[in-house]
Amino acid sequence: MTDILNALALMSNYVFVPGLAYGSQLALGALGVTLIYSILRFSNFAHGDTMAFGAMLTILATWWLQSMGISAGPLPTALLALPIGIAGTVLFVIATDRMVYRYYRKVKAASIVTMMASVGVMFVMNGVVRVVIGPGEQRFADGERFIIKAREFKEMTGLAEGISIRTTQAITVLVTIIVVAMLFWFLQKSRTGKAMRAYADNEDLALLSGIDPDKVVLVAWIIAATLATIAGTLYGLDKSFKPFTYFQLLLPIFAAAIVGGIGNPLGAVAGGFIIAFSEMGFTYAYKRFVAYVTPGDWVPDGLLQLLSTDYKFAVSFVILVLVLLVRPTGIFRGKVL
Amino acid sequence: MKNVILFALMGLAFILAGEFQSWSFSLTILNLCLISAVMALGVNIQWGYAGIFNVGIMGFAALGGAAAVLVNAAPVPEAWAAGGVGILASGVALLAVIGLIVLIRRKLSGQLRRYATIIAVIGGFFVIRLVYDPAVEAIESIDPAKTGFLGGLGLPIIFSWAVGGVFAAGGAWVVGKVALGLRSDYLAIATLGISEIIIAILKNEDWLTRGVKNVSTLKPAVPTAIELQNAPWFQDLAANFDANVIVASGIFVKLSYAVLFTIVLLLILWLSEKALKSPWGRMMRAIRDNRDAAQAMGKDVTRRHLQTFIIGSAVVGIAGAMLTTMDAQFTPGTYNPLRFTFLIWVMVIVGGSGNNWGSILGGFLIWFVWIEAERFGPLMMELVTSGMDPESPLRTNLMDSAAHLRLFLMGAILLIVLRFSPRGLIPEK
Repeated sequence: MTDILNALALMSNYVFVPGLAYGSQLALGALGVTLIYSILRFSNFAHGDTMAFGAMLTILATWWLQSMGISAGPLPTALLALPIGIAGTVLFVIATDRMVYRYYRKVKAASIVTMMASVGVMFVMNGVVRVVIGPGEQRFADGERFIIKAREFKEMTGLAEGISIRTTQAITVLVTIIVVAMLFWFLQKSRTGKAMRAYADNEDLALLSGIDPDKVVLVAWIIAATLATIAGTLYGLDKSFKPFTYFQLLLPIFAAAIVGGIGNPLGAVAGGFIIAFSEMGFTYAYKRFVAYVTPGDWVPDGLLQLLSTDYKFAVSFVILVLVLLVRPTGIFRGKVL
Repeated sequence: MKNVILFALMGLAFILAGEFQSWSFSLTILNLCLISAVMALGVNIQWGYAGIFNVGIMGFAALGGAAAVLVNAAPVPEAWAAGGVGILASGVALLAVIGLIVLIRRKLSGQLRRYATIIAVIGGFFVIRLVYDPAVEAIESIDPAKTGFLGGLGLPIIFSWAVGGVFAAGGAWVVGKVALGLRSDYLAIATLGISEIIIAILKNEDWLTRGVKNVSTLKPAVPTAIELQNAPWFQDLAANFDANVIVASGIFVKLSYAVLFTIVLLLILWLSEKALKSPWGRMMRAIRDNRDAAQAMGKDVTRRHLQTFIIGSAVVGIAGAMLTTMDAQFTPGTYNPLRFTFLIWVMVIVGGSGNNWGSILGGFLIWFVWIEAERFGPLMMELVTSGMDPESPLRTNLMDSAAHLRLFLMGAILLIVLRFSPRGLIPEK
């Protein structure tokens, strides 16, 4: 019995808890991608760098708050700085819409051209981030590091395996729940949210019934920038901030959005967790887990790792391809690109 | 006429760089410009001829680089003795599993087919791992500081250019089979993924290309500077030109590469132009401009797309092998999508998509700007921040990261061209 509990604790500590946090981050990113896709109808390659940009502003604001001696006690100061980061990112993103994307909307350019423009925006944002904060790694998490330490858990339960929950992981999950709940409420209940869904569903009919397209687009960008900043900051808090890793997040984020069904917010959230848990599950070394659940002293030789951690991209990619082949609309019946 | 002037201006830029910076530097840029131009030609075949949006250029270039290792590196007999059989056996096992899956897909139907496929995939994975893991471990334990891989064939590196093309074509066939039937956005994301996976494989499969330990023992395609400096005929030649032997040897090496690369570039350009003007080229453009109409005329669009995708990727692979040849080392860690994928895209768009000459000009111009911007970024930053206190942390921070201004510059160039001159510098006729 203790062996089973130990095995469960082991899995929770190394797969379930980190997967939950990572999945939340991916879900927030995928929500932004899916929203922009359903309203503006292009795949936004700049989304990863928008996350980096938002996280960078939040970090700068965090440093500024810290220099003034303000802190959030046991919580990371970055949470206080988040509104500043969001405001800055929203302004920047709206500026890119005015300067870049609006023109392509006006001439009704093919989605691939707009996508190309988003590559240009990606370069610009990437450059700005690297010039302002540098290409190196930044850590900005402060406050209490752990909610439960592995050692405390062991003492509490008497198990050999501990579960540690970092503050940043708990915050990530909590913030994601709040943000997603707010977003769903907004899309389902509010007038603007309904207008956005109508616009996403059928642009012509929406225009006919007097929905202001400029307002819908503006709100879509505001929400996407907010989600990107929150996702970027949470990812940076949980791991660390490095501009290049945000670019690499683009692949799992797109995979999450498509697997769930692009254009479908619920799908984006589900997709984020599917991708995260698959990555974790496939790259985890099951040696100790198997040792606990098998009777006797039978311990396997190898690490029992299905794939090396460096192949985590391959996991999201294979899931993506499988979904595209078997069910191109995604699990929750989104659109087909 | 305008095009001649554009190319003349580009030539002038190289002369200016040679005069004011150094000839060696100017030639280094020129060589990379030539390689970039080949890559841009490859992308232009995909995008300009067929409208395929491939964001996995980095992966195909890296496959070319891996070809250079597998062709040129000296074979490691001990490693072959230790794990060669195992690797070959796992290769055979892989083929057998794939064959089994194909057989299941053909012969069975319904639910049974689905479950049989799943079982075959999972079972096959573990069977292959059973043979593969010990072989890899055996190979990687052979003198890991120096070899730890199977090595290559020990052939002259120049053969790898063709092999690189074949590797990239093979990779493209797999990707294309999966993703080309889908719409453009999916293809873009699929190619982005496959290029990351290729890099991950090259970084991790140490038995194949030594992974991040790099292969730096490649034999160059032309005599090295040291060899030239010791060769009597070269010393005489340098004396004739009244030049310093050390400087002259460096320039001679770079010139030799420039000649080789130019030959490849011209050959590919000639073939591309031929193809573009042939019935095949007209068909491709017809498919690009109106897919449905072309399909109605009985053209197999997916098949043609696959064909173009493979050809374009092969050209990129050739360029990737050329790059590794010039560096005389293979470093999987240096492949970065911004530089190897998206920068090439900027070249094609700026040069003029659909026009081969445009892609070449774009390749030259953008690489030149990319390199020079790294040098001029800090100078500009110095100018901008000249009013500030030289010790202020803001100024030092900005000065340190000024080289990254070039990313901003590239984005701005791409956006401006896309907006105001979407057909590029040399538009399609």
